[in-house]
Amino acid sequence: MATQTKTASAARTGFFPVMFAVVLGLGLITLTGHVQAAALHDAAHDVRHATGFPCH
Amino acid sequence: MFSRILTSALFAGAAAGLIAALLQLVFVQPVLLHAELYESGELVHFGAEAVSAHPELPGMFSELTRDALSVIFTMLTYTGYALVMVALMSVAEGQGHTIDGRTGVLWGLAGFVAFHLAPGFTLAPEVPGVAAADVYARQVWWFATVAAALVALWLIAFGGNLISYLIAAALLMAPHLIGAPEPDVFTGPVPTEIGALFAARAFGIGLVAWVLVGAFAGYFWQTEGKRAAATA
Repeated sequence: MATQTKTASAARTGFFPVMFAVVLGLGLITLTGHVQAAALHDAAHDVRHATGFPCH
Repeated sequence: MFSRILTSALFAGAAAGLIAALLQLVFVQPVLLHAELYESGELVHFGAEAVSAHPELPGMFSELTRDALSVIFTMLTYTGYALVMVALMSVAEGQGHTIDGRTGVLWGLAGFVAFHLAPGFTLAPEVPGVAAADVYARQVWWFATVAAALVALWLIAFGGNLISYLIAAALLMAPHLIGAPEPDVFTGPVPTEIGALFAARAFGIGLVAWVLVGAFAGYFWQTEGKRAAATA
């Protein structure tokens, strides 16, 4: 593993870093675009409409 | 390796998100504020008298808190997109594909199709005040459609044989043939001209922002890789 990561650009990215980044990204999108909690909805209202998320 | 994904995605998402937010404030927000005059009942379409298409709108940046929140949430949203994109870019690079600012444009176009165009093809970007089905049902359909489109575009890009193209076509069409949750009755008070303009503008800004996310993500992914290689 250590020898792999040293050849930076040629190295394969591990399964867990990729999955973690995807989950983090989808979590952010869910939070800003989809969670219906009133405070979040109001703050993100215009963005949700402009980005084409189902808003309310 | 994770720090390379994180750094590239944060730079790309924040930069593209900031530009997207400013473009939205200039091109989408006035349409949204205009629609809200109908949503609130201040203007009434098909009333006794014809309504001017150019009412007095609140000036641009007149509501600083509201606009600032929009900027922050757009940057967060595009950072989320960038995290997913850079993670998938790293997988593609591991399989021998070139990732840089130039190929990133293609990734951005694919992201636009998956996250905006595919769900918006049936659940069109909603102007405030339109009738719509239950929000949770629409969100389930939205996520399923985005997931199907992501798989389909990956198959088109990297599948390389007829079977994968056919599966991709089926995945792209299925959500729309099955159909999205639709409202039972139409109650939207907003003139169709405003609704159409809103959807067109939302798609247009989405396309620009996604191409920028892709180009930035590819660029930062490459430069971060070089930097890591130089310091290793």
